[in-house]
Amino acid sequence: MQIDWFKKGLKDGIPIATGYLAVSFTLGIAAKKVGMSTFQATLMSFLNLTSAGEFAAIGLIGTGASYLEMAITQFIINIRYFLMSCALSQKLEKNLPFFHRLFLAFGITDEIFGLSVSVSGKLNPYYTYGMMTLAIPGWAFGTCLGVITGNTLSPRILSAFSVALYGMFLAVIVPPARKNKILAGIVIISMFMSGLFSKLPIIKNMSSGFQIIILTILIAGAAAVLFPIQEDDTLK
Amino acid sequence: MHNIYLYILIMAAATYIIRMLPFTLFRKEIKNITFRSFLYYVPYVTLAVMTFPSILNATSSIWSGLAGFIVAIILAYHGGNLFKVSIGACIVVFLIEWII
Repeated sequence: MQIDWFKKGLKDGIPIATGYLAVSFTLGIAAKKVGMSTFQATLMSFLNLTSAGEFAAIGLIGTGASYLEMAITQFIINIRYFLMSCALSQKLEKNLPFFHRLFLAFGITDEIFGLSVSVSGKLNPYYTYGMMTLAIPGWAFGTCLGVITGNTLSPRILSAFSVALYGMFLAVIVPPARKNKILAGIVIISMFMSGLFSKLPIIKNMSSGFQIIILTILIAGAAAVLFPIQEDDTLK
Repeated sequence: MHNIYLYILIMAAATYIIRMLPFTLFRKEIKNITFRSFLYYVPYVTLAVMTFPSILNATSSIWSGLAGFIVAIILAYHGGNLFKVSIGACIVVFLIEWII
């Protein structure tokens, strides 16, 4: 049972790991630009697993921001993982040992969460471990490659790679939205509002992390009130 | 001059604590249907908000960014996995910027 779930996790982890490889590659390139060594950048990716968070961190390191600013920025950008962990905690057996909870927490990324939360019934942690086994090294190794080979690539290739991150996000949200019209509407409204926020005076000067939090609470909150999920939906 | 290792440790601690607290705090099942619905919708809203309009400004031209965005949606809609969608978008951006 556990080994079967682990194998299934490995199998589902392959596209995640290859996708991560492409995205974290661009992360490595950015890390090199601010003077991080190969080891430092690889260590950062190995310990963090947060695309948007790491891009922001590299920016902060480049400007010599304070440690407090680093902590707060990470907190804001990654608060969605708090919400994802809340959601996933509902899929765990009540008596699941504490160490499983500690291990699982390390691997909650958008993609791993997306697959873990959509299994039917309770989550077997070994499924998530299987995905983590490939995804984490993929993420760290891609970063390493990016630092090593980054400045040998032409600007045109670098520009092309910069959409990999967004392609990854879309691969997570589009398939469920295709099956669920409410979800599709929420995704479209979210993008529209986000576009609006980037144009509105005053609001557009807020940090992108704050904009994300505000929009998330507003839109997900309104959706929860207007379209409460049925019991047989994902959180069961 | 700040220490890069200290930066890395601080961010690792911050991101881990965020992910770990709900697993260890909320061990009871959340009964409130509105809150459960909110949790269900959060990842979709967050990822949508992070993708658009940022993707338009990520590349060296807004048009290549837009093309990458549309192609990624089409590929994902037809069930492309993470790798196919990401790389497909990259290739389209590359081709568009090569042409214009």
